Amino acid sequence: MAWFHNLSATEQFLLVSAIKIVCVFCVVMPAVAYSVLAERKISAMIQDRLGPNRVGPGGLWQPLADGVKTFLKEDFVPAHVRKAYFWLAPMVSMTPALLVLAVIPFGSNLGGEPMVIADLNVGILYTFGIVSLGVYGIVLAGYASNSKYPFLGGIRSSAQMISYEIAMGMSVIPVFLIVGDLNLSKVIEYQYQHGWLILYAPLSFVIFVIAAFAETNRLPFDLPESEQELVGGYHTEYSSMKFALFFMGEYANMIAASAMMVTLFLGGWTLPVAGLNRPAESIPMGLAQMVIFMAKVAVLMGLFIWVRWMWPRFRYDQLMDLGWRRFLPLALANILATALWLWMVA
Amino acid sequence: MQACLFYLFAALTLLCGVLVIANPFTRNPVTSAMFLVLTIVSLAGLFVLLHAFFLAAVQILVYAGAVMVLFLFVIMLLDLKEEERRKIKAGAGVLGLAAAGGIALLMIAVIRQSNAGVGLKPASAEGSTLDLGKRLFTDYALPFELISLVLLVAMIGTVLLSKKDLK
Repeated sequence: MAWFHNLSATEQFLLVSAIKIVCVFCVVMPAVAYSVLAERKISAMIQDRLGPNRVGPGGLWQPLADGVKTFLKEDFVPAHVRKAYFWLAPMVSMTPALLVLAVIPFGSNLGGEPMVIADLNVGILYTFGIVSLGVYGIVLAGYASNSKYPFLGGIRSSAQMISYEIAMGMSVIPVFLIVGDLNLSKVIEYQYQHGWLILYAPLSFVIFVIAAFAETNRLPFDLPESEQELVGGYHTEYSSMKFALFFMGEYANMIAASAMMVTLFLGGWTLPVAGLNRPAESIPMGLAQMVIFMAKVAVLMGLFIWVRWMWPRFRYDQLMDLGWRRFLPLALANILATALWLWMVA
Repeated sequence: MQACLFYLFAALTLLCGVLVIANPFTRNPVTSAMFLVLTIVSLAGLFVLLHAFFLAAVQILVYAGAVMVLFLFVIMLLDLKEEERRKIKAGAGVLGLAAAGGIALLMIAVIRQSNAGVGLKPASAEGSTLDLGKRLFTDYALPFELISLVLLVAMIGTVLLSKKDLK
């Protein structure tokens, strides 16, 4: 390790950050691939089918086969599309989900090194800013495709995502009233000292979860791609790897949303047993806390998948009504109630 | 490194800003809107270099994430073919340039008068949200509330315009 200590502070920071980024990327990409497999397996169980079971034991290598397939398929670009945006849209839909993960603390520390890529003091605002950029991927895909069904999907998604972003943003304000900081590491620090925030702000958690379903375009809110009305919605004209990027973007967004929920409400990497409730002092403890974080995210991913195969889709007016006339007033009332409660306590 | 990044973001901001209004390749309003998004994002980069993280995050959250998406939403509902055919009239161009020049002069005069950066404590420049919130609700409470009134007026106007059968 002598050569490491010889580097300047900036170089050390850059090197450590680069290592963390590569590690997170190497965990998230397979996680995306295997959530697709989990989705297919769980949906099969729910519908009393077998699901993918041909590639490897119990279909375990199916994601690899799917990956190879999407790369080898013909990448067909229809003649009527707007080329530049048609190429741009899949990239724009994938990137924000990965950028959000930069501020999520996925463990306490390993040998004194904090397990978060960027410990921003405005962490939560950063995440909301990046999440709000995610809508461009879908809007641009709808516009670039230059045909009516993708276009309608794009229009729908921009209205839907803006509406639910507001409810989502309002729903987390009580959390920060309680914690008194926007930094996500501080949020977790509060949680291992005082207990998980879901106990203090249960209504926030409910609104946040539902808004997350709408933000990631999952059933019961997958109006932008509802296949009975819009063929495939915004990705109707896409094929091969470009389509796969939208698909991966959806699952990466789900992982990012789950990670946010775990960090904000479910205690992050903490678990109130066996001394896991404070920053790790040894490397095995640090690793155990990372595993706990991933397990929590996996449970929430299971919830996303479960809900998808249990509920029918909302009608568009119901979706808007729910967002603006139910959740927004509810979230505002929640802020007021929390503020009053904190004022009474103080 | 910092200087390098400053020039990069400054150049990007200016370049994208010019491409919003005078793109030589296309007159497509959607392209203009997308370049405006890039302008806003590079401006956020400049804020980060000034350690104003709060401003940078809010810049992206509000302008790039919400306002511009609504812009795109409206633009996509317009008849773009007609927009692309529309010629810029000479008179309008001259007036526009004059207005832009006037605003630039005003801003330069104000910045010169205000002694920007003089007597500014490093702590307040760091952009901690706690400090910012306290300032907004104590020293600058009146301007803050007045701005919210302006927004309220715009909102009422929109409701009135969209509900034509109100009477």
